[in-house]
Amino acid sequence: MALDRWIALILLGICLVYGYTAWFTMDSSLAPFMKRNPIWPSTFPKVLSVLGIVASTIILLGFEKSDDKPGEIDYRRLGDYHLGQALLLLVLMVAYALFLRPAGFLFSTAGFLILGSYILGERKWHLMIPIAIVATFIVWYLVQEVLGIFLRPLPTMLGG
Amino acid sequence: MLEGLLLGIQTAFSIQNLLMVVGGCLIGTFIGMLPGLGPMSIIAIMIPVAISMGDPSAALILLAGVYYGAIFGGSTSSILLNAPGVAGTVASSFDGYPMAKKGQAGKALTVAAIASFCGGSIGALLLMIFAPALSSVALLFHSSEYFALMVVGLSAIAAFAGAGQVTKALMMTILGLILATVGEGALFNMPRFTMGLMDLQSGFGFITLAMAMFALPEALFLVLKPRSSNSAEAGEIKDLRISRQEAKAIAPVIGRQSIQGFFIGVLPGAGATIASFLGYAVERNIATKKEQDEFGNGSIKGLAAPETANNAACTGSFVPLLTLGIPGSGTTAILLGALIALNVTPGPRLMIDDPQIFWAVIISMYIGNLILLVLNLPLIPYIAKVLQIPRNYLIPFILFFTLMGAYIGQNNATELLMLVGFGICATAFKFANYPLAPLLIGFILGGMLEDNFSRSMQLYDGVAFMWERPMTLGLLLIAVGLVILPSYRAHRASRLSAKQ
Repeated sequence: MALDRWIALILLGICLVYGYTAWFTMDSSLAPFMKRNPIWPSTFPKVLSVLGIVASTIILLGFEKSDDKPGEIDYRRLGDYHLGQALLLLVLMVAYALFLRPAGFLFSTAGFLILGSYILGERKWHLMIPIAIVATFIVWYLVQEVLGIFLRPLPTMLGG
Repeated sequence: MLEGLLLGIQTAFSIQNLLMVVGGCLIGTFIGMLPGLGPMSIIAIMIPVAISMGDPSAALILLAGVYYGAIFGGSTSSILLNAPGVAGTVASSFDGYPMAKKGQAGKALTVAAIASFCGGSIGALLLMIFAPALSSVALLFHSSEYFALMVVGLSAIAAFAGAGQVTKALMMTILGLILATVGEGALFNMPRFTMGLMDLQSGFGFITLAMAMFALPEALFLVLKPRSSNSAEAGEIKDLRISRQEAKAIAPVIGRQSIQGFFIGVLPGAGATIASFLGYAVERNIATKKEQDEFGNGSIKGLAAPETANNAACTGSFVPLLTLGIPGSGTTAILLGALIALNVTPGPRLMIDDPQIFWAVIISMYIGNLILLVLNLPLIPYIAKVLQIPRNYLIPFILFFTLMGAYIGQNNATELLMLVGFGICATAFKFANYPLAPLLIGFILGGMLEDNFSRSMQLYDGVAFMWERPMTLGLLLIAVGLVILPSYRAHRASRLSAKQ
């Protein structure tokens, strides 16, 4: 089965769960006076769930003919591309999200930029480190000091 | 009126106010380039500066300059990095980014600058002529008309569906609408589909979704398949020239979208986002078959249309603010707050009581647009050079700005995890040829669509408003036309080719 149909199957599952919540669980907690209204909080989701189920079923069953030519990147040959680098960058982004607050903006951002370049194959440390540090400091200064949006600069244990 | 106009010219051309326009445009452009900081945040940040000046004309001129600059700055990140920081510049990335990918970044930025200038200037002219009359028309729009207008905006999805992609585009729109229902809606005041998570109480963030749908998959594609650098492309990147043929092609688009964008901008709540999506859809629908195929692949018309429309709509949004004191958007609501803080009460009497403020703001819009063009055109070659930064440095920076955009808006690290999750889903959609733009359009318009539909249902106790109100019916018919027309044209073209 082609990827677009697999995705349609997942979307169908999402629409069924969404529809179940809208049709069978949402209205039970509704206050009695709200039940007299012509529209309830579940009305729009109910309509959307039906439309979603119909559209995903049409894609799943292949009623609409689409050309199966691969796009910019052929997902069937992912091994031919730099898949490892892409996955490592995604892991780095998750790590950045988890470390941003505890490690502070300056350390986590400089680390993210240096490691990001390293993952992509850069080995010129004399360029990577100063560029990352200077860029991190400029962004922090602009956002916090000029625009007044708080970004904790240092880890809590260092008084950040 | 002539006396007020002369007074406005005199005020706007004072040295202090000219400096305010230049400063506002520069600040807006540079901060607007950072994803996550839209015009609303930048104006909010600049309010203390504006109020401290004490002169209402100078303050409003500074803030209007910041507004225009931020819109143009947002287009730059949309075009160069496929990272639209505000909803109004999403449509600019549909053709602007493919142009940049083809090595025409300089040309794309020039088209954006010229289209923005024309949209803003023609909008200012229309504002001058129609402001008093239009304010009463805007008040005729009720929730049912707004609902119909959102439906017209959604019908733009037909413009994004390629051959065999109509159901996929529809599915993506429905998914966007589903995502928009998550959180506590303004009308029902109860959390929906939050799964008990506090982080979902206010729904998904627009910036998070926009970055996940556009910037992140694009950066991942760049990692997966590095683009070979081409010397011809590298030379072309800085090339700003637009051929005479291209200028002739975009001139009518700019004319049409300046007018359409302005009138959409006048309607409170509609604004630059709907204007840009509709502008794109309308231009694609009336283009020839050959030109239609270019839309989404780097069409110069596809870039000029939303750029003109969103700037004209920004000007249009000043009509209800200045003449009725009604803020039509979040940005104009902040401007209203600034005006009140400066002891100026916008409304029907503003033109009579403070003509120098009313007219000076309109005149400064011309000056602001001209200054944006003069300042930005020489800077374009340098801005476009961003694309020549080596991949090993550029990609981590794109990813970092993507993360920052989502973080600054909400100050919540969970947004970053959502961004990565949505980004992975968007990459899978892209592999399977699902169009991503309809999802974002559905998400942006979903909340407004449901709110206005619910209000209309409560007011009319049912769906009778759809045929009882002529303006609603008219707009809904336009929406049907926008959906049917491309399908009909595609069907006719396939029949003709089959005959041949």
